[in-house]
Amino acid sequence: MNVLVLLIPISLILGGLGLLAFIWTLRARQYDDPEGHAARILIDDKD
Amino acid sequence: MTAACPACVASPAASDMVAVPDAVQLSVPAMRCAACIAAIEDHLTRLKGVAQARVNLTQKRVQITTDRPVAEMTAALRDIGYEAFPLDSNALAGDVDTAGRELLMRLGVAGFAMMNVMLLSVAVWSGAAGATRDLFHLISAAIALPVVLYAAQPFFKNAWSALRARRLNMDVPISLAILLAGAMSLFETLNGGAHAYFDAALSLTFFLLIGRYLEHRTRSAARSAAKELAALEVYTAERKTARGVQTVALDMLRVGDVVLVPTGARVPVDGCLISAEAHTDRAFLTGESEPVTHAINDPLNAGEINLGAPFEMRTEAVGQDTRLHQIARLVETAENARNRYTSLADRAARIYAPAVHLLAFATFLGWLVMSQDIRHALNVAIAVLIITCPCALGLAVPAVSTAAISRLYKLGFLVKSGTALERLAEVRTVVLDKTGTLTQPGFILDLSDFHQSELGVAKALAQVSQHPLSKALARELTDIAPATLTNIVETSGAGVSADLNGTQVALGRAAWLGREGDGLMLQIGESVLALPYHETLRAGIAQMTSALSAQGYATQIMSGDTAQKTAQIAQATGVQTYRAGMSPEDKIDQIEQLTAQGETPCMVGDGLNDTVALSGAHASVAPGSALDAVRNAADVVALGDSLQNAPKLFAVARKAVRLSRQNFGIALAYNAIAIPIAVLGHATPLTAALAMSLSSITVLLNAIRVGRVA
Repeated sequence: MNVLVLLIPISLILGGLGLLAFIWTLRARQYDDPEGHAARILIDDKD
Repeated sequence: MTAACPACVASPAASDMVAVPDAVQLSVPAMRCAACIAAIEDHLTRLKGVAQARVNLTQKRVQITTDRPVAEMTAALRDIGYEAFPLDSNALAGDVDTAGRELLMRLGVAGFAMMNVMLLSVAVWSGAAGATRDLFHLISAAIALPVVLYAAQPFFKNAWSALRARRLNMDVPISLAILLAGAMSLFETLNGGAHAYFDAALSLTFFLLIGRYLEHRTRSAARSAAKELAALEVYTAERKTARGVQTVALDMLRVGDVVLVPTGARVPVDGCLISAEAHTDRAFLTGESEPVTHAINDPLNAGEINLGAPFEMRTEAVGQDTRLHQIARLVETAENARNRYTSLADRAARIYAPAVHLLAFATFLGWLVMSQDIRHALNVAIAVLIITCPCALGLAVPAVSTAAISRLYKLGFLVKSGTALERLAEVRTVVLDKTGTLTQPGFILDLSDFHQSELGVAKALAQVSQHPLSKALARELTDIAPATLTNIVETSGAGVSADLNGTQVALGRAAWLGREGDGLMLQIGESVLALPYHETLRAGIAQMTSALSAQGYATQIMSGDTAQKTAQIAQATGVQTYRAGMSPEDKIDQIEQLTAQGETPCMVGDGLNDTVALSGAHASVAPGSALDAVRNAADVVALGDSLQNAPKLFAVARKAVRLSRQNFGIALAYNAIAIPIAVLGHATPLTAALAMSLSSITVLLNAIRVGRVA
């Protein structure tokens, strides 16, 4: 059972990283135009 | 915008140094793929005076940073085949949608916490006991309590404001369940109890936040759709004084003021004509499709469009006394009736919220009497509250209406009102306005029977005249060489006559040329020929009316135009019932009569004369080409030519209501199974988690089916 002392903090930290990543995407306005972002990768760069 | 690094503060970006041009927002409903993004952005950025153009495909909008007028931008987009509607940037000003982003943040935090606590709970459910179970419960408490207090705030706030007003809403049982679940679980944890409902409190919050977020998106879409199509009308007038002409705000005008109405502008106030004659288009005001000729001292109403040369008029009524205002007052009374409509979700909440509280309280009393154990009775009662918490109910309607509204947006319909879908689904009769709704603005002259030389004479005469029909004729004959005429004389308000190599020729009103009928006539020597013209139907309108009849809707036309013209259009569209020559009051009377007969009418119209009927009808649709006031009165705005999709609009609405009811059924079925288990005291955190997640996910999946209509 001692392994829990290690595993629980690790799982919480990993989950927390996911949460931070989500907050970052939210702040970077990545949910403002989901369809547009999906389509834009198909446009050729001109330069 | 905050600077990213100290260096940026020291040398501001180039874009900040130039004077910031205005940002223009356009709605472009036709864009749907990567090629559209590239085409629109490329074309716009190549224009002179455009600093930046950025497409938002999800909202089907393009934001342009430019110092050029909006009309130029819409024209540029029309050149490459996209119809664009200007959006009101003032109305959209606070449109960064902070509320939506805040909800999304709460949703993310709740989701994160729910997953972690759920993992810890799995260990407890699989048999962890003693100190390990207590440790897991403690860690869950440490995650769940702060998250619940943060993420569930929207529910607490709503519940509190409802309680303060001494009312019950859906948020009261929700808040009670979340808070009691947290408090009871904390108490159990500290006393080494077996059952803790932290995961239930969190998944409740998470699923309900999804519902709340969807609802917010629908509502903000509805709110901006109401405002977003910008007012193209000008709220100023040209007042003529001794010192010259000055532009003043409409409310500055007084009775007796002389107002100059330029070509193409709207008459700003009610009054009478001072100039010798004027031609105006009253289609928006009365539904008459033909231009009206006014002579000196004739009355003019605010809203008519000047088709001819600039004219002067004397103000006779302003503000509250104008005909337009009378219409607006009628609209207000008509709207009050509609605002009393209660939505499906509200009706459900009214029954559900008290029932849940009574059930939990009864359970508590029952167990208290039977077991004499307050702690156990309280635990069971709270379990009942958690299980019955309207999690799936909170999702049932928002999930469906979000899916339906985005489907309708793709079909070209902006749904403005939250209850519009439910009302559209109840419609049985579709009432159609004629001018501008079924027909396109403008005339088509049928000149196929005419000889080249006759057309040459017609063009030469038409070029001289200021009459709108003559001007339309001259425009249509661009390829024809005008005949050479001498002695050209224009008789004001009647027509033009001239000499063609000694032959008397003339173009003008039938009566002036001594004939019966209306419209333009062409005289060459002794022969007089009528120039037949007709209104054209919008694209796909005939198919639309027949599809509506096929679906079992009764259709009828109500027009302010003449009986003859209305009959023509009724025949062309295959609509059996029609009424002509109707005033705005006649239209609302007819709508009320239909309502009284249980026909639940849906009004489709674009004119100011339709606004009262639009707001009084059970549901209403206006084309995007309609005026501001008209679009505001309607529930749904049909962009571009999407009115032909009206049968699909009703189909989607009916399906949305059917799915909402199904969703309520699913949610209640889960409750019917879970409630007896909870009341009898057999509920565990595991059953609660299962019932809640399964019902919520079924409801969400069911909602997605609404997109599958035709």
